[in-house]
Amino acid sequence: MQPKSDIQGAGDLQVTTFASPDSTKGESTRDQVGDSRQSAGNRISRLLFSEYLLLYLIAAYLVVMVGLIPGLLSAGNLRSVLSNLLPLLVVSIAQGFVLITAGIDLSVTAVFACSSVVGGLIMTADGGWLSHSPWSVPVGLAAMLLVGAVIGFLNGLSITLFKMPPFVVTLSTMTFFGGVAVWITRSRNIYELPRQIATIGKGSIGFVPYALLLTAMLAAIAHLVLSETVIGRWLYSVGQNSKAALISGIPVNRTIICAYVVSGVCAAVAAILLTGRLETASPIIGQRLLLDTVAAPVIGGVSLFGGRGKIRWIVFGALFVTFMDNGLNLLGLSYFVIMMAKGALVLLAALLDVRRAASTAQA
Amino acid sequence: MSHILQVEAVCKSFFNVRVLRDVSLSLERGHILGLVGENGAGKSTLMNILGGVLTPDSGSVLVEGRRLALRNPQHAAEHGIAFIHQELNLFGNLTVAENLFVPRFPRRRVLGFPVLDNKTIQQRARQLLELVGLGISTDTLVGDLSPGERQLVEIAKALNVDARILILDEPTTSLTNREAERLFSLIERLRAKDISMIYISHALADVLRLCDEICVLRDGCMVAHGPKSEFSFASMISLMTGQNLEELYPTRQSRASNEPKLEVRHLSQRGVVKDLNFRLNKGEVLGLFGLMGAGRTELARMIFGLDSHAEGDVVIDGVVAQNNTPHDRVRQRVAFVTEDRRQEGLFMEASVASNVAAVALPAYSRFGFVDQDHFAEAVTRVGRSVGLSASALLSREVRSLSGGNQQKVVLSKWFLAKPKVLILDEPTRGVDVVAKHEIYGLMNRFVSEGGALLLISSEIEELLGMCDRILVMRNGEICDHLARPEFNSERILRSAFGAGALP
Repeated sequence: MQPKSDIQGAGDLQVTTFASPDSTKGESTRDQVGDSRQSAGNRISRLLFSEYLLLYLIAAYLVVMVGLIPGLLSAGNLRSVLSNLLPLLVVSIAQGFVLITAGIDLSVTAVFACSSVVGGLIMTADGGWLSHSPWSVPVGLAAMLLVGAVIGFLNGLSITLFKMPPFVVTLSTMTFFGGVAVWITRSRNIYELPRQIATIGKGSIGFVPYALLLTAMLAAIAHLVLSETVIGRWLYSVGQNSKAALISGIPVNRTIICAYVVSGVCAAVAAILLTGRLETASPIIGQRLLLDTVAAPVIGGVSLFGGRGKIRWIVFGALFVTFMDNGLNLLGLSYFVIMMAKGALVLLAALLDVRRAASTAQA
Repeated sequence: MSHILQVEAVCKSFFNVRVLRDVSLSLERGHILGLVGENGAGKSTLMNILGGVLTPDSGSVLVEGRRLALRNPQHAAEHGIAFIHQELNLFGNLTVAENLFVPRFPRRRVLGFPVLDNKTIQQRARQLLELVGLGISTDTLVGDLSPGERQLVEIAKALNVDARILILDEPTTSLTNREAERLFSLIERLRAKDISMIYISHALADVLRLCDEICVLRDGCMVAHGPKSEFSFASMISLMTGQNLEELYPTRQSRASNEPKLEVRHLSQRGVVKDLNFRLNKGEVLGLFGLMGAGRTELARMIFGLDSHAEGDVVIDGVVAQNNTPHDRVRQRVAFVTEDRRQEGLFMEASVASNVAAVALPAYSRFGFVDQDHFAEAVTRVGRSVGLSASALLSREVRSLSGGNQQKVVLSKWFLAKPKVLILDEPTRGVDVVAKHEIYGLMNRFVSEGGALLLISSEIEELLGMCDRILVMRNGEICDHLARPEFNSERILRSAFGAGALP
């Protein structure tokens, strides 16, 4: 009784010729005609295990909420949803890469903060290292990405070289680099950033914001990497069984380091988007995002046990988290109530994940 | 002559697939009943019914003449049935004594509060260990025990709850020969104490030796049931398979050449192996025998770059290997099928196709992108060549396959990478007879196509049947070397145990 969707997102070969005849849609609908009671059960279980379940839930949620909050789908609110969604999505994609290898990256918010203030210190007109130089923006952006890459590399190196658990390693880098960000700015925000940075965060071509373009490109690349490339397959293999991966000649350590570097760089991209939108480099930027970056992939269906996940699912998860935040906010609920709701939701998603792992283990 | 256990016309289906059809058997007090059959014949289902894990759709189970509806394992235990599982159910983080009492610890009252009665626990645990002939402290952590010792602890645990019927499911798969001997003598002693047993095993020689009666399951039907004298090795195989298997070990047409593909020179690692030297030629099958702990698996892991070595060289195709990681070995066309298929060989939740893809993937990519069509075709081709032919099989999850098919998945994974040297560590463990025969055929095909094969095995018969030469290891050293004309199982065992250790 293995739901077909369990195999999806496990980095499987997409070999259509292998599909057994009973898995094709035509066959199974014909089966259903025979037994109507079974077909109802089937339909429900298929819905529950569908990878689009979350999308249906989002739609249902919106339909209900629009009744309560008329302004929910107004252009202004949608713009605000989008501006919250994009940085979250970028960091969730980062988190997704790491989750697929059966790791976790708690340092994403520290990367965020460090990257933001390093960029700010280089580019600000208010006494920046390269202020008023024509190089300030390119160097600043490069430095921001570099900060992410370096922290990610350190994470990956500690995890592979010293065989430390990802949770502990990234918890300590989160604390350390979070501290570094506050220390080098003496806990002050940095203003007077170049105009180009604000353009990245807020500008648009016609109706399409630059930030949306950037995020969509990143998501597309991430999707291609995971589904079409050798390194993508390796990420899944390492997450499923790192011992077997090692013996199969997969460079396990390099693959894991790569996942954390990708995570760091993506977090830095998110820092660019958010710094641009706020026109401020801040050492505490995006700190509230940490829970959401894990919540979005997990709610989307990425397994905490590794080896299973898709970019598409992360997009759905991030959409869900953002709309929920926004809707409950508009209802006038306090931040704390929203946190409680979100906590419960993550627990539910994790429970589903555990049940799924248990049901596959039984077979 | 009383029947302690009777099974009458038991049927069981899963999702409309008949797994057991009208299966009946009876077990006499103090007898050992051997149960043999291929993987998927229904042995486990039948035993799970007896152990209270599953309930039959129809038919009944009688213990000492009383009809019982066994609801769960506890219920079965109350009626004296203990099921010793293939994967042992012990807690590695607890001591032997604690494990023996896990479901129900003896308690006493201190100031009206129940506390553990450690004195009774220790005393009883010592008695039980003595009974099963295990000379270890009751405070040893189970995690520190060898598989054979754990098996004995599991049996002691069953005896602790006064089990009168023991079900032993593949008890020898993870044991060394010496440990297996110890288990057999315990089984004999328990039989003398009127404890009845059902013994399930692929090792037919053991079944013939131990059991009073034998029954054979095929496709969920009991095809034979009778006293041991009615069975022979060959008749059991033909009953199990429904066909005549002429020879378990297929004859090989090709001859070994004199061109070394793998050489090991003065390989040493303190406390593991000492000054190992040998060469493996193109087209040759070299066997490696040794008891557990002799350093066979460790040697294989060093050759493959999984473990480091202090001194000496591994020479592949005439070139001294410089980089020692599995990644480099794969590039040098060395393949390694490990003894632990589930943990080290397979991605259990992934599909067969994904598993087969694991090693050779980079060879089927351009600029890091996988060439899907080309690759899918190659996977299908190699799958077909090892007998994973049904196209539906390739999209199935590996965990749903039988042991034999799983092993074929591991082999195809490596064959796709076109290895020159193949190291097999216990390749037929937990594999049924037909699949075994097929795997031997694949091994022969590999060497006849110019491959070089290092075969590590605990089954002397397998080595005698397959190899050109056999090396024997003891305490990390190569202590004997036999060419085909000198093959002699007694000499091999003598060398492995150290001269004179054998009775």
